[in-house]
Amino acid sequence: MSEVVLSLRGLTRDFGALRAVNSVSLDIQRKSITGLIGPNGAGKTTLFNMVAGALKPTKGTVTLSGADVTGLSSDALFARGLARTFQIPRPFRRMSVLDNVLLAPPKQTGETVVGALFRRGRVAAEEARIRDKARDILDFVTLGALADHPAGKISGGQMKLLELARALMGDPDVILLDEPAAGVNPSLARILVERIEELNRRGVTFVIIEHDMDFVMRHCDPVIALAEGRVVFQGTVAEAQADPLLLDAYLGTAA
Amino acid sequence: MSGVVSYLVFFATMAAILAIVVLGLNLQWGYTGLFNGGVAAFFGAGAYVTMLLGGRPEPGQFGGFLLPFPVAIAGGILFAGLLAWFFGALTLKLRHDYLAIATFGVAVALESVARNAEWLTGGAKGLRGFPRPLEASIADNFLYGLFFLALVLAVLAAVYVGLERLVRSPYGRALRAIREDEEAARSLGKNPVRLRLQSFVIGSMIMGAAGGLYVAFYAFIGPQDLAPILTFQVWAMLIVGGAGNNRGAVLGAFLIWAAWTASGFALATFAPQAMQLYTGPIQYILIGSVIVGMLLWRPQGILPERIGQGRR
Ligand SMILES: Nc1ncnc2c1ncn2[C@@H]1O[C@H](COP(=O)(O)OP(=O)(O)OP(=O)(O)O)[C@@H](O)[C@H]1O
Ligand SMILES: [Mg+2]
Repeated sequence: MSEVVLSLRGLTRDFGALRAVNSVSLDIQRKSITGLIGPNGAGKTTLFNMVAGALKPTKGTVTLSGADVTGLSSDALFARGLARTFQIPRPFRRMSVLDNVLLAPPKQTGETVVGALFRRGRVAAEEARIRDKARDILDFVTLGALADHPAGKISGGQMKLLELARALMGDPDVILLDEPAAGVNPSLARILVERIEELNRRGVTFVIIEHDMDFVMRHCDPVIALAEGRVVFQGTVAEAQADPLLLDAYLGTAA
Repeated sequence: MSGVVSYLVFFATMAAILAIVVLGLNLQWGYTGLFNGGVAAFFGAGAYVTMLLGGRPEPGQFGGFLLPFPVAIAGGILFAGLLAWFFGALTLKLRHDYLAIATFGVAVALESVARNAEWLTGGAKGLRGFPRPLEASIADNFLYGLFFLALVLAVLAAVYVGLERLVRSPYGRALRAIREDEEAARSLGKNPVRLRLQSFVIGSMIMGAAGGLYVAFYAFIGPQDLAPILTFQVWAMLIVGGAGNNRGAVLGAFLIWAAWTASGFALATFAPQAMQLYTGPIQYILIGSVIVGMLLWRPQGILPERIGQGRR
């Protein structure tokens, strides 16, 4: 029936004496929008970093679409269809918004020295295609009008949207979003949610870290809660809402 | 009159050779964010190897193989590239400052080798005697000067066009992304270590090519040509002209070289005798002030990098 696309087993990460993520095991179903919640410092971003290849796990394994990808670097994972965004946006500041997005497609002919110098016709044709796609995606996240602006000069909320746009350029199967709506104004956040749900209908799996419980309860299912590096809850939204301890614990420590 | 013209030809040849070096540094620093603190090493590596391969034999001296100039300079370029590859592979995976320290160290070490390995480099007196390309066919000195200037300008143009193609392609886009944020670029599927190493090696080969032209120009190379002042000048040229802009890099080379020669001339002509001893240090201070002033008031350089619209 449902299929596991991403599977973590015993994933652990230490920073010196601090165990930021402590033996996390979970399965992410394909085509789900999984909400990942937990108080500040619970280890959510650290978990993302390990899954996306930005941090090496101290222990444990990550399996993506059936293949063991533990310890692969993030460029390799992106090529395998796993994209992530950053909690604090990391735009390429002295590049245009459009260039930020054009960068992402993998295996571009013009990305090698030989291709760039000697296969200019092919590169130009590819660029035209990538550019059309990039324009569509920028329009999709409402950044079309800012295509030629330096990415360092757009607003924080727009940078969040740019993060999503860049991730989409690689046609990923799985997207990890780290607080995509934080700092985004409500009308932009609504657009963001629409976009996520539309992509989800097309088959993209999302895992979303979010502090806004309203957002999580409305748009995510299932929900996973981390606290002090451990999974403390895993279940449907209905179960989460019915669990007073969870919300208490969450709100109690988060605020 | 003809004295002035010959001087201008001489000046332009040297400025164009330096412009090639600045273009190499611009690929490394301007587009990739790699801090090369040993520009002189890669220039010098290209120069010495070109001399060894293409120079005249001297008794008791290694080298002097009298290879045709294109072969000799290709050897120089290759050696500069190997040097960059070796030290780049060692340091480019580490934190950024390690490359700066390592390249600086390479330059110091190479200068010391040049000064001391007499059998190979001629020691402090350097290596002399280089059959310049087509020297025999162009008898007139002035005409030969013009020819050599044209040759250097042709190389400069070729390097410029090649680099422009590179930096305006998806390859250049990936380099700039790595310069801006290595981890973010990695999360979008780019391999920073590979791209940084390539950019570093290509930039250093360009510096090596300039070194080969320099050897053919002066028919001489000595350890003083590898002194840190060259690295310093080239950086000033890039900062003044505009890092991340190849036209700026060339402009900066000509401007700073003009300022350098003019200040040397002015000090020699007008400064009191006692001060002339200090011409070198005074020039150092002047160029240092230019760098500091530029970084304070116009850090993006005269021709800044262009972002977005109109870039292509
Ligand atoms: N690179 C690092 N070095 C040392 N400690 C770290 C590092 N990254 C995270 N930590 C620590 O690990 C713990 C988990 O941090 P993490 O960023 O994963 O939390 P989080 O759940 O994302 O929190 P938030 O909701 O505030 O974003 C924290 O105590 C944090 O200080
Ligand atoms: Mg976090």
